[in-house]
Amino acid sequence: MTSRFESVSVVREGLGKVDYLADDGIAGVVFLADRLGKPVLVEGPAGTGKTQLAKSVAEILGARLIRLQCYEGLDEAKALYEWNYKKQLLRIQAERNTKDSGQTWDDMSDDIFSSEFLMTRPLLEAIRADDPVVLLIDEVDRVEMETEALLLEILSDYQVSIPELGTIAAKQIPLVFLTSNNTRELSEALKRRCLFLHIDYPDIERERQIVLTKVPDISEHLADQVARIVRTIRNLELKKSPSVSETLDWANTLILLGVQNITEAEAVDTLHILLKYQTDIAKAAKELTSTPSKFQKTS
Amino acid sequence: MTLVEDGPAPAEIGQPILELLNGFVMELRSAGIPVSLTENLDAMVAVKHIPLEDREAFKYALAATMVKNQNHWKAFETVFEIYFSIRGSEYDLKNQDDNAEGDNEDSQDEGEGEGEGEGPGSGGGGGRQMTPEELAQMLYNALMTGDQGLMRMVAKVSVRRFAGMEPGRPVGGTYYLYRTLRNLDLDGIMAKLMEQAHEQVGGEMTPLEQRLANDEYEARVDQLRKEIEAEIRRRLVADRGVEAMAKTLRKPLPEDVDFMHASREEMVKLRRAIYPLTRKLAVRLQRKRLHGRRGALDFRNTVRHSLSYGGVPAEPKFRRPRPKKPEIMIVADISGSVAAFARFTLHLVYAISGQFSRVRAFVFIDGLDEVTKFFEGTEDIIDAVHRVNTEADVVWVDGHSDYGHAFEVFWERYGKEITPRTTVLILGDARNNYHSSQSWIIKEIRSKARSVFWLNPEPRSYWDTGDSIVGEYGQYCNGTFECRNLRQLEGFVDNLA
Ligand SMILES: Nc1ncnc2c1ncn2[C@@H]1O[C@H](COP(=O)(O)OP(=O)(O)O)[C@@H](O)[C@H]1O
Ligand SMILES: [Mg+2]
Repeated sequence: MTSRFESVSVVREGLGKVDYLADDGIAGVVFLADRLGKPVLVEGPAGTGKTQLAKSVAEILGARLIRLQCYEGLDEAKALYEWNYKKQLLRIQAERNTKDSGQTWDDMSDDIFSSEFLMTRPLLEAIRADDPVVLLIDEVDRVEMETEALLLEILSDYQVSIPELGTIAAKQIPLVFLTSNNTRELSEALKRRCLFLHIDYPDIERERQIVLTKVPDISEHLADQVARIVRTIRNLELKKSPSVSETLDWANTLILLGVQNITEAEAVDTLHILLKYQTDIAKAAKELTSTPSKFQKTS
Repeated sequence: MTLVEDGPAPAEIGQPILELLNGFVMELRSAGIPVSLTENLDAMVAVKHIPLEDREAFKYALAATMVKNQNHWKAFETVFEIYFSIRGSEYDLKNQDDNAEGDNEDSQDEGEGEGEGEGPGSGGGGGRQMTPEELAQMLYNALMTGDQGLMRMVAKVSVRRFAGMEPGRPVGGTYYLYRTLRNLDLDGIMAKLMEQAHEQVGGEMTPLEQRLANDEYEARVDQLRKEIEAEIRRRLVADRGVEAMAKTLRKPLPEDVDFMHASREEMVKLRRAIYPLTRKLAVRLQRKRLHGRRGALDFRNTVRHSLSYGGVPAEPKFRRPRPKKPEIMIVADISGSVAAFARFTLHLVYAISGQFSRVRAFVFIDGLDEVTKFFEGTEDIIDAVHRVNTEADVVWVDGHSDYGHAFEVFWERYGKEITPRTTVLILGDARNNYHSSQSWIIKEIRSKARSVFWLNPEPRSYWDTGDSIVGEYGQYCNGTFECRNLRQLEGFVDNLA
C-alpha cells in the first residue's frame, strides 16, 4: 500500500489549503496514522476542531467521508449492517403468490439473504468501499461498552463476517478518526489500538490564523484583538472556557455589528456569545474593564 | 506486527535513536505512565517515519503511540525534554564563558544528529564579552519584539552568567532558575515595557488595552522563563546524564499527587483531573446498577410481551430492581492541611450522589456545621465547596481541630437521624491536638449505622504518631483507609457504591 502523504509538512500545508489550521503536532499524528495504518483517537474540549479535522483530511485526499455518529444505544444494526426484513417479507409473500415458481426454500433463502436485502451501515460501508474513504466515528465516548467492543473488533481486523454471506474484508485500510469529548473513559484496549491525539485550545498565533481564515472580511487588527481577548479570558478560572467555534461566532458577530476596534463596552455587550454561564460572563467583564492594579499609577 | 509493511522503506535510522528510545520508554514507565509492549513497538516504528529534527511532530508522534491519557502529558513532556534535548559540548558546565565563541556552529555538528533550528536573530555571539548594559538591552529587545531567537540567546547568556552552575552538584533546576531570574529584574522590565506601550498610543490607554498589553508581555516573560529552564536542563543533562536528571525531575502523576503536600500548580492539575474521573466513576457505577442487579421475573409482563411472539415467552421481563440505596453522611475535617483532601472527597462523593438515597455533609474544625444545603440544587460542585469554605460555621474555640468536640456536636444534633441504612464516612487525619477523643461516640454511631469508614489522607506510617489518634477511633470503625491521592480515593469511592 502506498502512503497518502509525503511528509508532515505536506499534511499541514494541505490542511491549510482547505482552511484547517493545524499545528505540527496535529499534522504529525495524521501523517503517522497513515504510515502505521492505525486509527486516531482525537480527544479534547468541545469545539476545538476534532470533527472538522476528519472532514478536512477527507477533503485534501479527495476521499469520501463516511461518518458514524455515536449516541447512547447505538448498536450493531445501526453501526454495521442490518437485514431489511420488511423487504424480505415482501419478497417471500410475493413468491407465495406466484405459486408454481418451483423455488425451493434454499433458493429463496439464498435470494433473500443477498446483498440486495442488506442494509449497509457506516462501518460496513467503509470496509466495502473501493474508492478512498475516511471513516469518522464521532463522539465515541457516548456508546456503551458492547458497541465499543464491536468497534475495536472492526478496527483490529478491518473485516466483517456476515453468517449468511461470508466474510467481507477491506480492500484498503481506510484512515479512521474517532473523536471523544471524554465524558467517559474508553477501554484500555481501544486506546492501545489507536494513536492518541489531544487537541487543546490553539495558541494565540494559530487562533488568529483560524479567525483570519474563517471569518470573511475581518481585518488583521480585529483578528488580533479577538485572539488576544480570548486568550485573556481562557486564562481566567472559569466554568467553561470559550472554544474555537465560540471565538468564530464572536468574531462574526463583531463584523455584523460593524466593529473595527473592540472597546470595553462592545466586549462586555457581546461576551454572552463567548461564554455560557452568567457567573463566567460577570467575571470576564470585570477582568476586561478594570485596570490591572500594578499599572494604576501610570494611568 | 504486520503493520510495518506499508509505506516506502523508512530512512535507515542509526542505532543511537533506538537506544535513546529504549531508555526513554523505561523512564516513562518509572514515572508511572503505563506503556504496553505494542505501544512500545509502535513508537519504534514511529521514529523511523518522523525525523527528530521535526521536533514538535516527533514529540507528538511519540506521545500518540505511548501516552493515552492527557493527565500524563506533562510527565511525558518532562521526560521528552531530557531525553531528546539538544546536546553538545557548548552545554558542558566547564564551558561557562558566556559568549561561548562560535557556539552556534558547535551545536550543529555535536550530539547525535539532533539540532534544533535556531530562530532568526540568534546569530549574535562574537568573541567579545557582553557588557551588563548590552545584556539588559538584548533582554529588553527580546521581550519587546517577542523574537524567539533573541530570547534563546538571552537565556543562554544569562544562565551562563548568573546561574552559577557547578559540575556534579546534585541540586535541581529550580535553584538555578531562581538565581538566574533574580538577576534579570523582570518586574522592572515589565514596567518599562508598559510605559513604552503607553507612549506609543500617546499616553492614553483604556483598561482593556492595558490588560491586553500586560497579558502579552506576561506571556513573553513566561516564554523567556521556559527558555531559561530549557537551557538549565540541557546543561544539567550534559553534566549528569539523562538517567540521573530524569530521576531528579521525576514527579508523581496527577492521580498520585499527595493531597497533603500538593503545590499550587499540582492542585490546579488535580482539579482538572477530577472532572473526567468523576464522570468516569458516575458512568461506571450507573452501569453496575443497571446490569449487575436484576430484579425478580415479572410474570405478567413477560406474558403480555409474549403475545407479539405468538405466545412464546421469548423475552423474559424482570421487575425493576429496587435495592435500597444507602444514605451517606460525610463528616469532614476541613482544617488547614487536610482541607484539600476533604474538598476532593466531597466533590467525588457528590458527583456520584445518584447512587445513594441521600448524601448529607458535615464539616468541622473544632465546631461542626451541616453543609448539605450548599450541594443541593446546584450543578456546580466547585462552587458548593467554595461556599463550604467561606460560609460554614466550623470554628468553636480557636480553630484547631478538635475531633472530640466536633463528634459531640454531631452526636447531639444528628445522632438520632442515623439509621441502619446510613453509611458514615469520616474524613481526617485524626490529629486531635491532644484534646479528649470522645471515641465512645464512634462506637455508638457504629451500633446504629450500617457502617462507619474512616479515610485518612496521611501515610499509614504516620498514623498514631504525635497527636494522631486514628487507631483509637479506628477500632470502632468497619474500616480505616489510607487516601493520600486521587488513585486511592477513587478506589475507595468505587467500592462504596
Ligand atoms: N484548526 C482549525 N482550523 C479551522 N477551523 C477550526 C479549527 N478548529 C476548529 N475550527 C472550527 O471550529 C468549529 C468547531 O469545530 P468542530 O470540529 O465541530 O469541533 P469538535 O468536533 O472538536 O467539537 C468548526 O466550525 C471548525 O471549522
Ligand atoms: Mg465534534
